Amino acid sequence: MDKLLEILSENSSFTTKELSLMLGEPEDYIKAQIREYEQSGVIKGYHAIVDWEKVPDAGVIALIQLNVVPKKETGFDDVAKKLMAFDEVSSLQLMAGAFDFAVTVKGKTIQDVASFVARKLACLDGVSATATHFFLKSYKDNGAILSETESAKDGRNIVL
Amino acid sequence: MIDYSNFINGAIKDVKPSGIRKFFDIAVEMDNVISLSIGEPDFQTPWHIREAGITSLENGKTWYTPNRGFIELRKEISNYYKRRFNVLYNPDTQVVVTVGGSEAIDLAFRTLVSTGDEVIIPQPAFVCYEPLTTMAGGVPVIINTKAENNFRLTAEELENAITDKSKILVLPFPNNPTGAIMERQDLEEIAEVILKHNLFVISDEIYGELTYGGKHHVSIAEIPNMKERTIIVSGFSKAYAMTGWRLGYALGPVPVMEQITKLHQYGIMSAPTTAQYAAIEALKNGDDDIAEMRSDYDLRRRLIVGKLNEIGLTCFEPLGAFYTFPCIKSTGLTSDEFATRLVKEKRVAVVPGTAFGESGEGYIRISYAQSLKNIKIALKRIEEFVEEIKNESKG
Repeated sequence: MDKLLEILSENSSFTTKELSLMLGEPEDYIKAQIREYEQSGVIKGYHAIVDWEKVPDAGVIALIQLNVVPKKETGFDDVAKKLMAFDEVSSLQLMAGAFDFAVTVKGKTIQDVASFVARKLACLDGVSATATHFFLKSYKDNGAILSETESAKDGRNIVL
Repeated sequence: MIDYSNFINGAIKDVKPSGIRKFFDIAVEMDNVISLSIGEPDFQTPWHIREAGITSLENGKTWYTPNRGFIELRKEISNYYKRRFNVLYNPDTQVVVTVGGSEAIDLAFRTLVSTGDEVIIPQPAFVCYEPLTTMAGGVPVIINTKAENNFRLTAEELENAITDKSKILVLPFPNNPTGAIMERQDLEEIAEVILKHNLFVISDEIYGELTYGGKHHVSIAEIPNMKERTIIVSGFSKAYAMTGWRLGYALGPVPVMEQITKLHQYGIMSAPTTAQYAAIEALKNGDDDIAEMRSDYDLRRRLIVGKLNEIGLTCFEPLGAFYTFPCIKSTGLTSDEFATRLVKEKRVAVVPGTAFGESGEGYIRISYAQSLKNIKIALKRIEEFVEEIKNESKG
C-alpha cells in the first residue's frame, strides 16, 4: 500500500512538511500527491477519531444487519441510496455473507435507535429483515487503540 | 557492626553505578512525560513469536535446555547469520545461546580479558564495556569518535590508541547512542590495524537488523582474516522486540567458544527455555516482522532528524539502531542541564550524551522507539524549549 495513504489513514494531522521529511520526498510532491488523491476521490475527507465513551451524552451506536431483496435492474443500489440519505446512518457497507447491508446508526438513546429501525429502516421497500446490535465498548477504531487495556499499555521501564 | 567493605570485592566496589539512574528518578515521578529516552522497542513481540512461547508452556516444556541452547535454535541462528550477514558459524561448536546480548558481552569480556590487558573502546557507546573491562582486571582505553567522521571509528584513531598492552577492540556498531554504522570500507581500513597489532575483536551487533538509507549491516567477521579473531555478540531484543525474553547469543572461533561455554555453564546453566522456543519461531518466520518495524523506525528517524536540524539542533544522519544524537552546543547548555531542564520544563525525557562517555558532552540521545504521535508532540515541545533558551540568552 502507498505509504502516504497508510500514514494519513491513521493520523491525518501531519503537515505536508512533516510528511515530506518522513517519506524523503519534496514537500511539493507530497502536496501534489495529496491533491491528486483528493481530486480522484481516493481521499474522501479527514476526520477525528473520537472515543465517544469519553464524551458525556454522546449517545449510542448500533450495527444493524439488513436483509434486502435486490431489484431487477438496480440490484442493491436503490436501497443503498435511500439508506445513505438518513442522517442517523453514519456508515454503510454491502456485505458478502448471511446478510446484505451493514448499517452503522448513531442515536441519542437506545429508544431512538430502536424507533429509527422500526419506523424507517424496516419499512423501506425491499428490506426483508433487520437485526440490531448495540455497541457496548470500543477497543480499537481506525487503527487507534481506544481502550486502556493492559495489553495496550506502554509498560516499558525508563532505564537504558 | 559488620564492616561490609571488608567483605566486598574492591574491584566491584570501585565500579560506578550507571549514571543515568539518578536522572530517570526525576522523570519517573512526573506526569505526562513523553519519553524519548528508552533503549528498547515500543513494539510488542509479534504475536506468532509469543504464541510459540505460550505453546511450549502449554506443552509442559519447562525444563533446562542443553548448556549452549537447543540445537534447533543454534542451527537457526547459524542459518540466520549466513542468510543476513554472510558469515557461517558451526551450530555445534561455534554458537552459544545466552541470557540476552548482555550475558554474551559479559562472557566475552571475562573470557578474553586478563589483568593489565588494554581494551580499546570507541565512545560514545553503550555503558557496559568500560565497567566489564575494569571488573575483569583490564584497562579501558577510550577512543572518542567524532561528529565530523559521523562517529565512525577510523584506522588512524585506532592506530593512535595502540600500546604494547593492547589486546581487545570493542566494535559497538550500529551504535547506541549515536546511530553510527561502519560500512565495509571503514571495516577494511580498521581490519589492517587489527591484524598488524594482533588484536581480538568483540563485535556487538545487537542492532545489526536496524540500518537505514539502503545500508545493510556489515559484520567485521565478514572481512577477510577477521572471523578467526572476532566474537560476535547479538540477540533477539532489538530486531524482534523481545527485550523481556532475555535471549541473545555469542558466535566465535571454537577454542574461544569452548571457554565461553564453561563460564555460561557454571554461571547460568542454560538460557530461558520458553524464550528459546519463541526465538526458533522468530528466526524461521520473523523476517517480515523485522522489515515492518524497520520501515516504521525509518519514518520516525527521518521526521526527527529533519525536525531537529530545522530547530537548530544539528544532527548527523544516523543510519543505524533507533537513536539520533543531536548536538546541543548551540543552546549554551551542558548535556546534563539540557536534559534536566527539558524534562522539568517541557516533560520530555532524553538521555544526556555524557551517560555514554565524556565525548558525549554537547549531545543528547533521542530514541525513536516511540510512537509517531508522541514523537510529534515531543518535537513540538523541544522546539519551544530551544526557542525559550534562545530568548533567555538574548534577554
